Amino acid sequence: MATNESESHPSASAETKTYSTRRDFLLQVGVVVNTIAGFMIGVPVVGYILSSLIKSTPPVWFSLGPVSKFQEGAMRMAVFENPYRREADGQTARLTCWVRRIQGDQFKVFAANCTHLGCPVRWFEESQLFLCPCHGGAFYADGEHAAGPPPRGLYVYEHKVENGELQIKAGVLPTLAGPFA
Amino acid sequence: MSAKDRPITSSLVNIAMWVERRLHLVKIWKATAGHPIPKSSASWFYTFGSMTLLCFTIQILTGILLALVYVPSANEAYRSLLFLNYQQELGWFLRAMHYWGSNCMVVIVFFHMTQVFLWGAYKHPRELTWISGVVLLFLTLALSFTGQVMRFDSDAYWGIGIGAAISGRIPIIGAQVVNLLLGGPIIGSDTLSRFFALHVFVLPGAVIALVSLHLRLVLLKGINEYPTPGIQVHKGTYWRNYEEMLHKDGMPFVPNGIGKDLVANGVLLLVMVALAVFVGPKGPEIPADPAQVISEAKPDYPFLWLLSAAALLPNGSEVILFFVVPLIAVILLIGLPFFSNVGEKHYSRRPVSILVVMLTYLTIGLLTYAGITGPWSPRMEAWSGTPTKPQFITGRSPVELQGALLLQGKQCRNCHSVGGEGGQRGPDLSAVGARMNQPQLIRQVIQGGGNMPAYGNTLTPQEVNALVSYLVSLRPINTIPALNPAIPEKAERVSSGEPTKGAKTGG
Repeated sequence: MATNESESHPSASAETKTYSTRRDFLLQVGVVVNTIAGFMIGVPVVGYILSSLIKSTPPVWFSLGPVSKFQEGAMRMAVFENPYRREADGQTARLTCWVRRIQGDQFKVFAANCTHLGCPVRWFEESQLFLCPCHGGAFYADGEHAAGPPPRGLYVYEHKVENGELQIKAGVLPTLAGPFA
Repeated sequence: MSAKDRPITSSLVNIAMWVERRLHLVKIWKATAGHPIPKSSASWFYTFGSMTLLCFTIQILTGILLALVYVPSANEAYRSLLFLNYQQELGWFLRAMHYWGSNCMVVIVFFHMTQVFLWGAYKHPRELTWISGVVLLFLTLALSFTGQVMRFDSDAYWGIGIGAAISGRIPIIGAQVVNLLLGGPIIGSDTLSRFFALHVFVLPGAVIALVSLHLRLVLLKGINEYPTPGIQVHKGTYWRNYEEMLHKDGMPFVPNGIGKDLVANGVLLLVMVALAVFVGPKGPEIPADPAQVISEAKPDYPFLWLLSAAALLPNGSEVILFFVVPLIAVILLIGLPFFSNVGEKHYSRRPVSILVVMLTYLTIGLLTYAGITGPWSPRMEAWSGTPTKPQFITGRSPVELQGALLLQGKQCRNCHSVGGEGGQRGPDLSAVGARMNQPQLIRQVIQGGGNMPAYGNTLTPQEVNALVSYLVSLRPINTIPALNPAIPEKAERVSSGEPTKGAKTGG
């Protein structure tokens, strides 16, 4: 670095430098100190920006209420509180899924998000269809793709029945990237 | 009487000179506002740049004022907008100015780009001016998108959902991108906060930095002279000729060249105020409550064309639309001054440039129009809320009337209109009996196909029979039902809009 510097400053080239000056030394120290400081600030900043990625937030189990809430052979909407909610979330902490009680403890729980572009699908009891208001995607009562642009059937939440309560595993926005079946 | 004869005037002059000696304002003035421009550049067509800058300035000012009241929290944002609309003195006006300022900025930055493209201003030596402008266009669109999220109503909420769904299609790192976009596993307060930070700090900061670069380049490399057909840009001689032109035929931008900019900007301001006062602010629409699944999630005007394209392109081509097309667009836009660096500037000698502009405007314009009318969106309330005109009811047999009820009750009209009323996702059924015969209709109802779900599991055979009897009866007076096709392969033409040949000869 020191030799380069003598080239870039024509005034200094008069006396050819073969030794390092105090200026060169201070420049080098300055670069090193600031690089270290830059990392010490930069790494936490990057960590802060990526914190939502670093902190693992997988889908978690929670209850949708007693099984008796759901009529056999029928579909109904269930509203649940996002398990990762914070107070500032307000109404957006309330999420929706569609629950179909096939019979007994046999359930199927669908996310409301259309698999095409994520718009909220609505259930129509009369025609036994989910319809998406955005681009007209349609799904059958078992969640299978019926018509329109969606590339697959509705996202299905994992579920289980424990102590007479229907539990689902949710809390992550379902997209084609996962994490739902 | 010279200034020196009057003590007050002379001390004022002294103060002014003292300031000038320290700040060198005259020098700065001559290098900026008073910089020389070619006389030909003082054209009405060259006013879009300053108009865009005016829009941005309005956005900054109104944005700061709105931020005095707006609360960027998922819990409070919606209510603070209602407060701005109805309680805060003149809050509605500032919201409206910010909304219309945003729409004007998107439209005018697009006009600016079109003009620069058609007038060949991007050519040597103004490549970087163009490229910084391209980045500014994308920043403007990003500001527009993040801005509509600020409304945090139902459309904004599901709009983010659409953004997440698109991001989720990115191969391999899709889930991570979704998480970063939302600031967590799900749409919530963290999502709004990060869009807020982008909208009010990051993106405006980037725009200010790039506008500074853009204007610096305009000063360094000069404003484009009004092109003359037949005059070519040569790398070796262009700059010499340009400087000669400035020397011979130049004039300072202020005051000689700014007149048309002032008029255009004044008119734009009046238009924006008129829009703000007479049309008002947008929304907020219904609150962002995910438990209310009634949203259509329509984005603001600048993004409607994208949603239309997503609806109209063949199923499965979304990855191309959302990732490949933008990538190609960015490469073409950034690369333009390198693909076409010298030669003719005037649009009359560059017919391809005119074709490109016409094609782009037609595409975006038609897609936006389609986005406004949204013919592919089912009308979710049509089955319960749309009347049936008498001519589609009278004279029908009881079975046919039962079919009419089924057509209504099974939500068919959410997608199919009868007599022009109802959804437009599927074909209008007013004359379906004249173009499809009974077996074709039965097959279509039971098996679906062509973007229609199958109803075989939902309808009993009797219901199918009633529904199809009604559909057969739907045809103009004095036309006969489409008959069984004489030639078997004609039966395949289920979705055809015309009667089959067999039907004609049979009749």
